[in-house]
Amino acid sequence: MGFFTQLVTDPGGFYRGHELLVAQCGINAMLAVSIWFTLYSGQLALATAGFMAIGGYTSVVLAIHGHVPLPVGTLAGCVLAALAGVAIGLPVLRLRGVFLAIATIAFGEALRFGLILNLPLTGRGQGLTNLDADPTGGILPVWISVSVLGYLGWSITRTRLGHAWAAIREDELAAAAAAIHVRAHKLAAFVIGAVIAAYAGALDAHLNFFVDPTEYGFDRAVQVLVFAVLGGIGSVAGPIVGAVGLTALPEAARWASDYREVLYGVILMLVVVFRPQGLVARRRGTRPRGRAGRRPRPRSRGGPAAARTD
Amino acid sequence: MVIGQQLLDGVFIGSIYALFALGYTLVFGVLDIVNLAHSAVFMLGAVFAYSLVALHGVPFGLAAPVGVVAAALLGAVIEFAALRPLRRRGAPPIAPLVSTIGLALIAVALIEQARGTGPLSWLWRDGANSVSFPAGTVPQTTYHLAGLILPLPKVITLLVSVGLMFALAYIVRRTQSGRAMRAVAENPGAAALLGVDVNRVILVTVMGASALAGLAGILFAVAISDVSPYIGRDEVELRGLAVIVLGGMGSIPGTILGGYALGLIEALALLAFGSNARVGIAFAALFLMLVLRPQGLLGSRLTERV
Repeated sequence: MGFFTQLVTDPGGFYRGHELLVAQCGINAMLAVSIWFTLYSGQLALATAGFMAIGGYTSVVLAIHGHVPLPVGTLAGCVLAALAGVAIGLPVLRLRGVFLAIATIAFGEALRFGLILNLPLTGRGQGLTNLDADPTGGILPVWISVSVLGYLGWSITRTRLGHAWAAIREDELAAAAAAIHVRAHKLAAFVIGAVIAAYAGALDAHLNFFVDPTEYGFDRAVQVLVFAVLGGIGSVAGPIVGAVGLTALPEAARWASDYREVLYGVILMLVVVFRPQGLVARRRGTRPRGRAGRRPRPRSRGGPAAARTD
Repeated sequence: MVIGQQLLDGVFIGSIYALFALGYTLVFGVLDIVNLAHSAVFMLGAVFAYSLVALHGVPFGLAAPVGVVAAALLGAVIEFAALRPLRRRGAPPIAPLVSTIGLALIAVALIEQARGTGPLSWLWRDGANSVSFPAGTVPQTTYHLAGLILPLPKVITLLVSVGLMFALAYIVRRTQSGRAMRAVAENPGAAALLGVDVNRVILVTVMGASALAGLAGILFAVAISDVSPYIGRDEVELRGLAVIVLGGMGSIPGTILGGYALGLIEALALLAFGSNARVGIAFAALFLMLVLRPQGLLGSRLTERV
């Protein structure tokens, strides 16, 4: 029976047959929401995988060595990620565009290769076995969390904080001129993103019997970025739709067998060409429609300007 | 002489990083975008050269230039499939990241599926496995100099990269096409008004950058003796990004310096902390660099970016 046919005609059977996929969709949706907070405030930060590793490893290490229950371990991971988010965010949020992206990637890779692969506590890169894992029991908490995060993300865009983020994204100087504390607002978005990523990381670790450092690399960071951008960063619905759609795609496209990955790439390219603002986006009239050879200048440019403090 | 040998290896791998990263720099300088399909071109260049030598019996001296040309043509594919359509539609600056990732995924997936039978069997037959060039592809002469071991492939890699870096710097500074590139980098609208064919300049830039990536891939594959669908993604993609940031985005001398700096940092970290920590130390250094000197080693000039 086809993927979509079963989804419509036999949802219960579909769910039982695809429990892992449903859980993974939820985890990826949370990660996409995590990166969405930074993107919504105009920052291309790719630290999601690093913070996810903090959440995952903290909860598993606490469970192994202290028999700490999952909610406490998750909370500890989130607190640690928040602290790390402030410590990392303060120096790097002066950077913009690609510089910020690479600095945050460097943080994640330094964490992964420098600490996780070398500390005895984290298994020296051999991975950790998580005996308390509960692959199916974790699905409901995951999707409740996605709903709550989605609702929070949706309502936060209507608050003063959300408007300030949008203003910073559109024009940082103008936002600063309008008495928005740019640095504090950017840091807030970054730390919120860090906490959500760590939360998702802890729940994800709880779904698997094994935590492995290769899960938290550059590929993961880029993949999460693709979820959010493809879904559209104008609202929180975009990243969730993008994450669920792209996570389910390889499963839904079983008919393409060996060429599923190729199909995945083709779909990325088609979506970004035909819907450059993302799947969930209203067409905005304000965007300049450049003709061939005339492209809108990006707001952030390289060079020393990118390093200007606020 | 362990330290000397490590430093030499650092310089050698650094020149491959630099060569690869120069392609990132060219495209970033002219277009303000990071081309994430660049690592796929690195891989495909190596795969093309390997296929010509190992599957079709072409001598390496001919296979390498053909591989470079193939890489340049892939650059044209990147421009026409992933970059130009987005420019035409005025897509947001983040969109090319996704379209070039898509292209890279397609390239890697096609190669890792290619086996003895199938449409791509003329190019690749080993699926996801890692292979090396047949013995005797390049002369394996080894020189000994002051206690250091210098294998010929590495010496050639070093000479070729340094020569190309000078050639590239000359082209960008002194020739008419170089001037056109710098004009487009500065302001595409004004360049178009002054009669520069902006789309053509961009096409040439992306093709040139891809030729460099292809060559870097071939040199890497021969000298390290490793070809697989993942060499671009695993060995140079992230390091190339680190290099352009180390050197200052868009600066050619900075990128070259950054490549060697990364190669040496990794070599020293390997000596001091072992292989696991090597990459971690390199990224920690990069992170510190970004925090302390965000404009990079040589990125102090804002106006000249190519």
